[in-house]
Amino acid sequence: MRPPSRVREMPILRVVARALVPVILLFGLYVQFHGDFGPGGGFQAGVIFAAGLIIFALTFGVEALRQVVPVVLTERLMAAGVLLYGAVGVLAMFLGGEFLNYTALDPLTTGHHGQHLGIIAIELGVGIAVAATIMRVYYAFVKRRPDGDGETREPALGAEPGEGTP
Amino acid sequence: MPPVELLLMLLLLATVIVVARLKDLFAAAMLTGIASLLAAGLFVLMDAVDVAFTEAAVGAGVSTVLFLGALSLTSRREKQQERTRILRILPIVIVVATGAALIYGTWDMPAYGDPDAVIHHHLAPDLIAETENKIHIPNIVTAILASFRGYDTFGEVVVIFTAGVGVALLLGGLGLRRRGSGTEEES
Repeated sequence: MRPPSRVREMPILRVVARALVPVILLFGLYVQFHGDFGPGGGFQAGVIFAAGLIIFALTFGVEALRQVVPVVLTERLMAAGVLLYGAVGVLAMFLGGEFLNYTALDPLTTGHHGQHLGIIAIELGVGIAVAATIMRVYYAFVKRRPDGDGETREPALGAEPGEGTP
Repeated sequence: MPPVELLLMLLLLATVIVVARLKDLFAAAMLTGIASLLAAGLFVLMDAVDVAFTEAAVGAGVSTVLFLGALSLTSRREKQQERTRILRILPIVIVVATGAALIYGTWDMPAYGDPDAVIHHHLAPDLIAETENKIHIPNIVTAILASFRGYDTFGEVVVIFTAGVGVALLLGGLGLRRRGSGTEEES
């Protein structure tokens, strides 16, 4: 595998990644918000979105991605996704239904679309949690440095030389 | 079995045999990605498009990247080690026996795509007939996963979250702890 300094000398890779990443991210959002009509849903959307961002990191360096999505942000979003899912369930309880019974969300909508509203909300929670978790796992891997045993090795995937936890 | 499925199955078989025999871990990691992509193609042919999405993005994409990330921390080639005769033969015996048991098990399964299979006559017709009225969305899979089985899906999300926290603790260290030590630049 090549460190990004050598990727920078590969115009084809850079141009293709630059063109593909926005399309992948857009497709991720489509899968997320169209999941109740077409195939897909929160999990698939989260995975696709994270994969698009990882391609960005592979091409332009993990430091560039960290400026867009800091590590701490992924940790917060992981929890936020789970909490959003749980909050929908608790909200249904406050509105008189059982935990996660979306029909109780009816008064929030104009018609009888409580189920629809609930599903969109929890799928969003799933998508956020999955995307953030995959990003966090990726960061955990690239931040690792080989144990100093004197042998020189290639820098971690997408990582700049000389970065990472000491 | 239709020809396209057969072709993908044979390619999949060839790929995994090569992966098992390779000593070059970089090539093995790339080939596992290709195996996942072939599996994703099979899922599309089985009309399981959402599973195919997941397999292509996780199996062929993210996990290949993680393999490569792990690989950059170790050496690129598998370590050669002397093995006794028993250690050389035992794995293939176990694999062949397990494979034979699995193939024996498939004899009781309905034929591929058989519309008379039990699974198509228990619950599925009710769900297909009733979901639109009860949930008001056309995607039955999403309705089942998100509403009928909302508890299960909540549990799965918690599992994913837990896995992420586990990896962060084991490999990366959580942000809070790093900020506590005041050495890192990011936030």
